[in-house]
Amino acid sequence: MNLRAKDSTPVLQRDHGLHLLREMLRVRRFEEKCAELYAAAKIRGFLHLYIGEEAVAVGVMQALEPRDAVVATYREHGHALVRGVSAASVMAEMCGKVEGCCRGRGGSMHIFDAAARFYGGNAIVGGGLPLAVGLALADKMTRRKQVTACFFGEGAVAEGEFHESMNLAALWGLPVLFCCENNLYAMGTALERSESETDLCLKAASFEVPSWPVDGMDVLAVEEAARQAVAAVRSGGGPYFLEFRTYRFRAHSMFDPELYRTKQEVEEWKKRDPIPNFEALLRGQELLSEKEMEIMETEIASEITQAVEFAEAGSWEPIEELTRFVYSEGPRP
Amino acid sequence: MSAKSAKMRTTYREAIRAAIREALLRDERVFLMGEDVGRYGGCFAVSKGLLAEFGSERIRDTPLSESAFVGAGIGAALGGMRPIVEIMTVNFSLLALDQILNNAATILHMSGGLFNIPLVIRMTTGGGRQLGAQHSHSLEGWYAHIPGIKVLTPATLEDARGMLWTALEDPDPVLIFEHGSLYNMEGEIGGDAGAVEISQAALRRPGSGVSLITYGGTLGKTLQAAEVLEADGISAEVIDLRTLRPLDTRTIIDSVTKTHRAVIIDEGWRSGSISAEITARIVENAFYELDAPVARVCSAEVPMPYAKHLEEAALPQVTAIVAAARQVMGRHG
Repeated sequence: MNLRAKDSTPVLQRDHGLHLLREMLRVRRFEEKCAELYAAAKIRGFLHLYIGEEAVAVGVMQALEPRDAVVATYREHGHALVRGVSAASVMAEMCGKVEGCCRGRGGSMHIFDAAARFYGGNAIVGGGLPLAVGLALADKMTRRKQVTACFFGEGAVAEGEFHESMNLAALWGLPVLFCCENNLYAMGTALERSESETDLCLKAASFEVPSWPVDGMDVLAVEEAARQAVAAVRSGGGPYFLEFRTYRFRAHSMFDPELYRTKQEVEEWKKRDPIPNFEALLRGQELLSEKEMEIMETEIASEITQAVEFAEAGSWEPIEELTRFVYSEGPRP
Repeated sequence: MSAKSAKMRTTYREAIRAAIREALLRDERVFLMGEDVGRYGGCFAVSKGLLAEFGSERIRDTPLSESAFVGAGIGAALGGMRPIVEIMTVNFSLLALDQILNNAATILHMSGGLFNIPLVIRMTTGGGRQLGAQHSHSLEGWYAHIPGIKVLTPATLEDARGMLWTALEDPDPVLIFEHGSLYNMEGEIGGDAGAVEISQAALRRPGSGVSLITYGGTLGKTLQAAEVLEADGISAEVIDLRTLRPLDTRTIIDSVTKTHRAVIIDEGWRSGSISAEITARIVENAFYELDAPVARVCSAEVPMPYAKHLEEAALPQVTAIVAAARQVMGRHG
């Protein structure tokens, strides 16, 4: 079943259009700054950039409410930002500072936030899916009308945890929105080199989970698909699977010489860059002026500058605290 | 003695069932899930009758998807529930090791203390029932290697009855290893038997000549060995570790400081075992108290054989415990 988002999308409201553009740009500029800080050795470890895929997180998050939960992967800075985790606390986390959202204990791949109900930041491919199933199980057992959105890459469909989780969520009718970000490569392994069946929606359908492929480079299509899926999930219809066809413009991580794809392929996909294309759409409908665009860029630059300043001014957790947070420091409610 | 505290006859199996039932009655957030816990009544009949009393929402049969249902337990705990997850045997828990180690044991730390996981995982462990090399191992010492989880090994009816509630009240993940040979163990416990503390080892038999340090399925054999030794004029003290992580080093050292000799009885394989850890702690903390080298009685380093005589030879037995104790006492022949 193909979702034809454009046909069913209501006339784009100006404020909402600008919001979508701003959120995608925030992620893009944040990630560009991360790459810069990585080169300057301020951020270390593995760093996975979301550049090119911004429309997916931004579109899906529009459909979620604050009471919903999010489970993401190690390529999750964008999801965290759009979900409402502050750029400052994410940046401080990546710089390993105690002011970071996880006190510098998690790093780039493990962003958590209680207020945003953001449950990681999971760096085991497929490892977040059972967690999302459990969050949804708790919601179902307590009759809460909440949705858990679980993001993962197409590489995760090769993991047993994908199949086990899809089955369990469907079997128990749990409110999970499975968001597969198909960027075509599991690190360097192309989908057709790792899967005998490359139609991911067919895999989901085999568990009786409704599934749609969505143009992940089109933020409006993403939002529309997510809104429809979330509405169905929230109304008790069980899980949904959305395959967002997208592409990462940067390397897998900062240690990736990109031997597995051609520059020409990357350039072809860049023509579908979700940000300039959406900007052009807004301009075409006269919803965005040159001046507004400049202001938006300035405001985002300022937010990121402040985030970097906050991170750089941050402190290191005292080594005496090394063994904290292995066990809870007191019973919790 | 009041009627309430009058002694009652029970079995290890019934004691665990009573503990699960009490937890389900006391806390509506508690539920049991695992393979065949419902209609089948539990692989070892521990949960027999609970489905009829509590219904399929709270006595939840799962597919054979260890990773998904253990992960779902973690997610449900994050979502405010108090799950008891049953894994049929310790060997099957390896299919869920990703969730246990990479999620349950790490999320509190990765999130800088934001998210704790109040989860209890129960599983059967140990050999002696001719179940061969994929159903008989003792990997609890291996789990005790992992910071972030607690490892309990109830060896008595009181602990089978009382450890579960304490584990459920713990804010962090607790693994309970039930030795398969103990389920039919019968005896008397107080009619008011309830929650027990889980932070300390127990002195099961006082003695002055040698400390026999053990846990779980080998406690009974160790107490028998102490009887044999007594007849031989050797006063053996028996320590039941009860909890393998965190290990109660104090009780071990106090005992060795009194007896100056130690034999450790552990159904795990010798290399890299909990018995090796205990030996190291004795050497680190009480080296100058020792009158003889520490001795160990462990399982032979083979996958568990099926044939009865071979399995018996592979497992720690009373004669081997007696022989080891006699040797550290300087008795030969």
